[in-house]
Amino acid sequence: MKHTISILVKNEAGILSSVCDLFSTRGYNIESLTVAATIDSVYSRITIVTTGDDVVIEQICKQLNRLINTIKVVELPKSAEKCIDRELILCKVSAKDDVRSEILRISEIFGAKIIDVSPDTYTLEYSGDNRQVMAIIALLRPLGIKEIVRSGMVAITRENQFINLNK
Amino acid sequence: MTAEQLNKTEKMTGAKIFLECLRKEGVDKIFGYPGGVILHIYDELYKCDYIKHYLVRHEQAAVHAAEGYARITGKPGVVLVTSGPGACNTITGIANAYYDSYPLVVFTGQVDSKLIGNDAFQESDIVGITRTCCKHNYLVKNISDLPRVIKESFHIARTGKPGPVVVSLPKDVLTSKMDFEYPDKISLPGYNPTYEGHPIQCRRALKVMCEAQRPVIISGGGVIHSEAWREIRELAKQLNIPVATTLMGIGTYPQGDELSLGMLGMHGNYWANLAVSNCDVLFAVGTRFNDRITGCLKRFCKDAQVIHVDIDPCSISKNVHVDIPIVGDAKNVLNVMINEFKTGKYSYNVEMRKIWVKQIDSWKEKKVIRAVESMAMSPQSVIEHIYNKTKDKKAIIATEVGQHQMWTAQLYKFTQPRQLITSGGLGTMGFGFPAAIGAQIAAPDRLVFNIAGDGSIQMNIQELMTCVDYKIPVKIAVINNGYLGMVRQWQEKLFDKHYSQTHISSPDYVKLAEAYGVLGIRITKDEEIDSALDRAIAYNGPVIMDFVVEPFEMVYPWVLAGKPLNEVILSNSESGLGE
Repeated sequence: MKHTISILVKNEAGILSSVCDLFSTRGYNIESLTVAATIDSVYSRITIVTTGDDVVIEQICKQLNRLINTIKVVELPKSAEKCIDRELILCKVSAKDDVRSEILRISEIFGAKIIDVSPDTYTLEYSGDNRQVMAIIALLRPLGIKEIVRSGMVAITRENQFINLNK
Repeated sequence: MTAEQLNKTEKMTGAKIFLECLRKEGVDKIFGYPGGVILHIYDELYKCDYIKHYLVRHEQAAVHAAEGYARITGKPGVVLVTSGPGACNTITGIANAYYDSYPLVVFTGQVDSKLIGNDAFQESDIVGITRTCCKHNYLVKNISDLPRVIKESFHIARTGKPGPVVVSLPKDVLTSKMDFEYPDKISLPGYNPTYEGHPIQCRRALKVMCEAQRPVIISGGGVIHSEAWREIRELAKQLNIPVATTLMGIGTYPQGDELSLGMLGMHGNYWANLAVSNCDVLFAVGTRFNDRITGCLKRFCKDAQVIHVDIDPCSISKNVHVDIPIVGDAKNVLNVMINEFKTGKYSYNVEMRKIWVKQIDSWKEKKVIRAVESMAMSPQSVIEHIYNKTKDKKAIIATEVGQHQMWTAQLYKFTQPRQLITSGGLGTMGFGFPAAIGAQIAAPDRLVFNIAGDGSIQMNIQELMTCVDYKIPVKIAVINNGYLGMVRQWQEKLFDKHYSQTHISSPDYVKLAEAYGVLGIRITKDEEIDSALDRAIAYNGPVIMDFVVEPFEMVYPWVLAGKPLNEVILSNSESGLGE
């Protein structure tokens, strides 16, 4: 089962290593990881997608909380009503004459952008939730994906829920 | 000029600031070893009259000694070493303190910050290396961070679940200058240990314990950290519940008391293991349910309700499913429960408790059978003699790791906390002797014994010279059986007596003692034991006693690794391999 964990950390050298070391020494998986400064550059947000049963996830969250430089650790709700997640992908697709129009059609249906064009390729920029991203990849794959770069998931809670400093 | 005046008027070097910070933290003893990049601190130390530095012979021993010091005083032990090899040699000591949760602050030199990452001479990434074996670590990049980092390090080391903190000090931080001011406040928004247990949980726990028919308390090392031994005794007496201790919790409940079950676990008492296996409510305080005390996890307390008090939320439901978790400091939690019980709203069935205690007493009749009948001295009897000779002297006993450690835990009737110093979690051979040195430094008036194996003692025997230099009168009792006994025991039982690389030879300890300038005594017969111990205790200085004992003795009771706690082997004739 996939879980998304949002971690607010002090923006210091070594904190990312501490978080990653914790996953590797305790044998937990990291499916994706993103990190960037928050609005206050003293702090960074790390978003990790991991897999495991509830007991494992609870243990991961506790272990992350135990690190001195983590300010707040929250497992984000899985329901789309409470939490929005997005991933950005850049996808370079082989654009031979016979498929060029199909690529454009898919791109239009999903609301993706063509950000680079060459005689042989289109490069698409697309962001969506995990299901949408997997769907567009599935449709583009048979047309010939030459390269794909995924940002990993970021997520935010809806409405009046915040994950900030008050631990 | 006082230190206060100095602070305001003169810029200080990082090296000087370092020592001033230690002074502010009340540090007066440090363990260390000098080297290239840390020389500026040693130069300041040369002029310093408020810190006594103990020069060891190996950096690993400095860390163990600091831990021994911390175990006796409850204060963080402080270590100072150089970069590269000096720093790397501290790793085992740091990991040992981390596993057993004792507070240390380990300062390691580092190459000039401009050289970091260039593979400079004696450079090692100690922050990277220690990341998974210490509570927290720092690389100080700027002198302006130095006082804050030191203040935070001591705070982190001694609060919450205590542990070692590592601080890497680049040379240029020690040589640059600034105005010194020690911060009075600490701001660590990500570090807020929970000290107060949730009162509703405490009341729930108390209710369940009162309703229990066959309750057992497990008292672990956390009871020592929280100094909650009086409280655990009071609660046990109030509720009339038998108490087993873990290896780390030995001394938190006096052995010999009618409710004492002694140690549980792999080599714990038969009746303690059976009591825990058959209980209906388990109240565990300050233990992380290590595999050495649970045996087969699936069958550990499988019908019992488990109540777990620990300051570290990670320990709860990590290994054993917990029904009533209480995160908090043991002392606070126990006090809440004790006071709650005093309200008179709770009661338990006295008759039921009597039946339970009687049941446990019936298990006590089953005795361990010694493995070997021989003319040679038995190692167990040596430990019993040591106990008899030292029991009235409030002796501190430090052990190494192996058979002698388990025999000591079983046969020495510890009655006080902080009386046994032993490496529980990491199981570090070579820990006991330097830890005994640190303990003796912390308690100069007490009798300190290091019960060692012939394998373990040779791991840090160079520290004899440290004992001589500082007149540290540690009494070493080597239980010399010519084998790495515990490993040999496993080979005998589980590997068809293939004694692969476990026969280990020793130097002539009496001659070795002479070479170091300490007293050496060899003991080969039972009748010599008492007089040798008398002589060692009376001798004003370090002593090494070489007890030449039967090599093929076994530590029983023994629950084989992975087996449930109630499958206990008590003699050579049982295979223990069970169904």
